[in-house]
Amino acid sequence: MIEKTLKGKPAYWIWLAFLGMLMAVGAACYARQFLFGLGMTGMSRDVSWGLYISQFTFLVGVAAGGVMLVLPYYIHDFKAFGKITILGEFLAIAAIAMCLLFIMADLGQPLRALNVVLHPTPSSMLFYDMIVLNGYLFLNILCGWVILTAERKGVHPPKWIYFFVYLSIPFAVSIHTVTAMLYCGLPGRHFWLSAIIAPRFLASAFAAGPALIIIASLILKRVAGFDAGKEAMNKLVTIIMYAALLNTFFVLLEVFVGYYSNIPGHKHSIEYLFFGLEHHGHVYDNLVPFMWTSVVLNFGALGLFAWPYARKKNEFLLGLSCVMIFLALWIDKGLGFVFAGFVPNPLDEITEYIPTANELGITIGIWATGFFILTLLYKIAIGVEHEMEQ
Amino acid sequence: MDTQRRKFLKIAGVTALAGIGAPALVRLSSSTALASEHGAPPAAEHAAAAAHGAPVETAPQGVRLGMVIDMRRITEQPELLDNAIAACNAAHNIPQFDNRKSEVKWIWKAPFANVFPGESSYHLAKSVEKTDFAVLCNHCDDPPCVRACPTQATFKVKENGIVAMDYHRCIGCRFCMAACPYGARSFNWEDPRPYIKKYNKDFPSRMRGVVEKCNFCGERLALGQEPACVEACQGTGAIVFGDLNDAQSEIRQVLDKEFTIQRNASLGTKPSVFYIV
Amino acid sequence: MYNKGTIIPGLIIFVLFVTFPIWFNGLKAGDLPKPELPPGGEKKCVMPVEYMRANHMQLLNDWRDNVLRDDNRAVVEIEGKKYRKGLQMACMQCHSNKEKFCDNCHTYAAVNPYCWDCHLTPKEAASKEETH
Repeated sequence: MIEKTLKGKPAYWIWLAFLGMLMAVGAACYARQFLFGLGMTGMSRDVSWGLYISQFTFLVGVAAGGVMLVLPYYIHDFKAFGKITILGEFLAIAAIAMCLLFIMADLGQPLRALNVVLHPTPSSMLFYDMIVLNGYLFLNILCGWVILTAERKGVHPPKWIYFFVYLSIPFAVSIHTVTAMLYCGLPGRHFWLSAIIAPRFLASAFAAGPALIIIASLILKRVAGFDAGKEAMNKLVTIIMYAALLNTFFVLLEVFVGYYSNIPGHKHSIEYLFFGLEHHGHVYDNLVPFMWTSVVLNFGALGLFAWPYARKKNEFLLGLSCVMIFLALWIDKGLGFVFAGFVPNPLDEITEYIPTANELGITIGIWATGFFILTLLYKIAIGVEHEMEQ
Repeated sequence: MDTQRRKFLKIAGVTALAGIGAPALVRLSSSTALASEHGAPPAAEHAAAAAHGAPVETAPQGVRLGMVIDMRRITEQPELLDNAIAACNAAHNIPQFDNRKSEVKWIWKAPFANVFPGESSYHLAKSVEKTDFAVLCNHCDDPPCVRACPTQATFKVKENGIVAMDYHRCIGCRFCMAACPYGARSFNWEDPRPYIKKYNKDFPSRMRGVVEKCNFCGERLALGQEPACVEACQGTGAIVFGDLNDAQSEIRQVLDKEFTIQRNASLGTKPSVFYIV
Repeated sequence: MYNKGTIIPGLIIFVLFVTFPIWFNGLKAGDLPKPELPPGGEKKCVMPVEYMRANHMQLLNDWRDNVLRDDNRAVVEIEGKKYRKGLQMACMQCHSNKEKFCDNCHTYAAVNPYCWDCHLTPKEAASKEETH
């Protein structure tokens, strides 16, 4: 099936070349970081995790979001997802690949990464994260490949594969739960120390993942003649809407707990995100414009989703609302959540984090790598689809 | 590996002498400094137990090293703290960065309000308000950083309770920095060597990409010396160091007598550093 | 065999390519390294020379774990001189010249241990002398 990636229209090659160029920039930036150290980034003693870990956190969600197709299709036999479930599985592969790359980019001693396996430490959440992330990656490669091969041959997939398909469902939930546990089990980081982090992560994941799949489907419809089907799209929109509403609800609960309890530790990070934190006469508010953009995009997208014309009749508005919700969740989880956890630091001091150009280069390079993988995988999936139609 | 170690010990037994028996040395290295403080009986008792092959960690209470910082002394003589910090920096080849972003700190100064953000600083006694407090790793009895580390590069030494770092194993994920509720950990964002003013030839530096922090001077304890910061305040009682589990130790005498506070004890980490305000 | 014309030359090129380091140096392994003996004239090491030659890295790893993890900092005594376990504390007290001792073989064997990223050679330590 891999040969399908080798034939394509010029636009396909131009797109791959464009991504390849960004990947080269990312690789060059990483070479610089590898030789100098993480001092090339904007991270500091106080804000010791930055863009890499926040992107990782967000992308785990995108990967887990694929389960919103797998679960209805395989458990509830929702036939309309038949054509696009493979898109969810392949999205998960690309997203996990980005996650692993972001973790590698974040390590101070990347060559020692295997120490996590050589000295397994069951008390560390990172140990479990390694297991479930790699497990989920493996499951998606296996299930996606076997089922697509069967489809191509016009036969039913072998029975044994369903064991792995069902197994991938709890794995999808666990990757984001364990990623939430990286944060919510740390004493002294009040913003993260909340039992709602894992459900909140899952809710935003189940909105962001399917939103990206709708965007991809709309693009594929135009450039590759792939039609996911009206019913599938409508169902995905419903899923996104409920998930995004739940996420909004959970965030508002956090705001309530912080402000009503009036406990400084619970309040400070939220204050920092949305209003700026005053400290010794200086207001620290780097993230405020981002967070309000996220709020506007979030409610704007929810409004568009609620409008039947926009979600059913107008593909542009449907695409726009999906882009909006994806961006809103990316800002909320892919920027704000991680950075604000470090403000203020345990000694009640404030250091703000601003990523450097080199850091942005690596980040863009890794995103480009993910989309490169995604493009190739979708090319295969759609190639098989077209072969069937003939 | 094990057979090689045994082989090594066999040959080493002929050519080299491991000094006193290794178990006794374990004991010695963790508390030589204390043994000299409070006379023979308890130390001899421990050493005897160790010599009979009773592993230290199965004893009902092992050694748990701790520290009392008497801020009254430091308020009287603020230079004591500067000396202690300088002694630590020199002993451990700690780089001095001029930007806050890359800072590496083992023991440093901060105002009361920052060291104890959970405590009220409202109408604080003027003397406390004006004096900078010593901040260092708390060597918690239940350290969150150790729980978080995915490679056991940071761990609790069972013989003495020190929360130690193995720089050879650290992958630089900085999970421990996020986990530490005391901000005690520093990361080597770049090669520290150019920023080390003078080398202590008896101690290594660190490399870029690993996390570091106060080690309660494990290397000095092994030589029967006190931690560098304690030595720098010698004779003033500003910093008292010793075994928290030994009722006869000087530190226990101080703790029994004085009212002390710990940083953010409500988190259940059981810090081993106490402050007399 | 199909495509004999491409496969066989291809294989030959492949074999030539992977054996490049061997034939490029004229089938010679180069001069054997001669690490410098301790300039201080010490004759006895913690282990016999054959053992050290083959296993010094394991010994160093064991020492590292003894000192850092097991709180076993037992002193090594050789001919009346006491050494603390450690590359910097014991080994380099005698083998004081890293370039002439360690690097000699390491360069030949193309290995690049990270020991000296942290541990100071006597020369490095002297470059910024600590004065009390």
